[in-house]
Amino acid sequence: MDFGLFAEQTLNGVQYGIMLFLMAAGLSVIFGIMNFINLAHGTLYMIGAFFFATFDAWLGNFAVALLLAILASLLLGLVLDRGVMQRLYDRTHLDQVLATFGLLMFFNELAAVLWGTEPYFIPVPALLDGTIALPGDIDYPVYRLAITAVGLLVALGLYLMVEHTRFGMLIRAGATDRETLSGMGVDVRWLYSGVFAIGVMMAALAGMVTGPLVAVQVGMGETMLIVAFVVVVIGGIGSITGALVSSLLVGVVDTLGRALLPVWLGYTAGPALASMSIYVLMAAVLLLRPQGLSGARRA
Amino acid sequence: MKVRGRVALSGGGVAALVLLAGFALLPLAQQPFVTRIGTGIFILALATISLNLLVGYGGLVSFGHAAYFGAGAYAVAILSHYGTHRGWIAFAAAVGGSALLALILGAASLRVRGVFFIMITLAFAQMLYHLSTAVEKLGGDDGLRVVPNSFGPLFLGERITLYYVSLGLLCAGLVISDRLVASHFGRVLVGIRDNERRMRSLGYNPYHYRLLAFVIAGALAGLAGALEANLDAYASPELLHWSISGDLLVMLVLGGSGSIVGPLFGAVSFQLVQQVLSGFTSHWMLYFGPALVLIVFVSRRGVAGLFAGTRPHHVRGGR
Repeated sequence: MDFGLFAEQTLNGVQYGIMLFLMAAGLSVIFGIMNFINLAHGTLYMIGAFFFATFDAWLGNFAVALLLAILASLLLGLVLDRGVMQRLYDRTHLDQVLATFGLLMFFNELAAVLWGTEPYFIPVPALLDGTIALPGDIDYPVYRLAITAVGLLVALGLYLMVEHTRFGMLIRAGATDRETLSGMGVDVRWLYSGVFAIGVMMAALAGMVTGPLVAVQVGMGETMLIVAFVVVVIGGIGSITGALVSSLLVGVVDTLGRALLPVWLGYTAGPALASMSIYVLMAAVLLLRPQGLSGARRA
Repeated sequence: MKVRGRVALSGGGVAALVLLAGFALLPLAQQPFVTRIGTGIFILALATISLNLLVGYGGLVSFGHAAYFGAGAYAVAILSHYGTHRGWIAFAAAVGGSALLALILGAASLRVRGVFFIMITLAFAQMLYHLSTAVEKLGGDDGLRVVPNSFGPLFLGERITLYYVSLGLLCAGLVISDRLVASHFGRVLVGIRDNERRMRSLGYNPYHYRLLAFVIAGALAGLAGALEANLDAYASPELLHWSISGDLLVMLVLGGSGSIVGPLFGAVSFQLVQQVLSGFTSHWMLYFGPALVLIVFVSRRGVAGLFAGTRPHHVRGGR
């Protein structure tokens, strides 16, 4: 394996890791504040990709379609929170798992009815098509670099929002002691709705920008969801930096494992071990540091 | 259900006996389709019984039970692939293999509680799913063909034989879970579910009891998986898929978790709903999904709660 390929795969791993971050950050913040586990979070990743594919096909304009899909997913997040999720925040985790499993079934079936079971392909916009020459003789796709940058910007925005705005202060206060917060006159229900909608939007955004790289189809979200769970377990709850570090770690380990292990270990043991690498990583973190890398509290 | 040796059948227990007797007579109807569905129900009920030990009595919400179900099926398939069709060997391998797997994965998963436990059990089961598709010797995406097992003169490739063997093992599973819950071990397990701190101060180590429950549940799920491999004459990655874990949880809660006969009612009603709905529409999940949400909203007692006298112990764990 030469250096160029190694560097290219590392960049791919970072890009995958950033997408995982968009999923895991929402899961982690929603769990940290509402004590809520949402199995339908991955389905919203898929819905985001379908929204975007549909708007893009109608309008033929990548940027406008992206904006519309983001607004649509925010709206969906609000409706879901008000209609279903609010009733689940105080229930046991088992109830939450079952109800969101029901939602997952519903959305996957609805997507199959509305968009069919054939995969959709979203074209890469002309502006971002093609490759760019990077040092070390690498021709890297511009689009992948662009979505990595977008993901990093969202991560930065999320960090600034949580740490430096009034809304972010309320989020942190809600995670610490929501009864005191509501006693001080803050409408906690709307705070929850806002947090949930932002989480949905980030998952949907990950689905949208990943759309042109993969086939958009029913079931694409659950694979992402489970890997995002691995990220949350490794990173620990309650820290955005922890989630970011963990996402990048999982993204790079998974991508490099798939590229390198078959070369090192042969094509029998290589793919088998590569398919297990991130789960072995998770088990190792559980043994050495059950509270996760960020070291925040563990329920 | 039996309470300390005295036979004290509850309403749910009577209903379960009537249901099982009905199943014993069902093959007289000579409908191959009905016996096929029935066998499938028994197998899923057995797997749900094993999950009930964890969720209902241990308060441990495992979303990875497909791992042990699928592992049991693959154990039978791998032996079959290498020419071993003797039932005793294949079933012992399925039960033992799944128990060993549960020991390893349980030892890691039980280090955390609550929502992390749900995520981790789901993740480990997904690891096995990916592993089964990545290893060519396991047939990759296609899975492995299975030659049905024989126990002496009993050949499980025979439709009716498999039906009655599965029914018998389901009854055995019900009795085992009843005895287990009533035993010292079961009482300690329920005690840990309800008040971990108190049990700890009484000198019990919760980790050891939960791990043992995990291993027993894994073994029982492996047995169900071995039957499934015989029914399908196949072991495929689909048996390890996370949606199987979800279906098992749905069946458990439909029937009433923390009730001995709940898994039986849950498996029967889930299969009936699925068969009936899919008779009307191929998109049955479009209706079942929202129905599941509504069921969670309005009820926590499940189908077993419909029968007078059954008092399911509510799951208090998981938070």
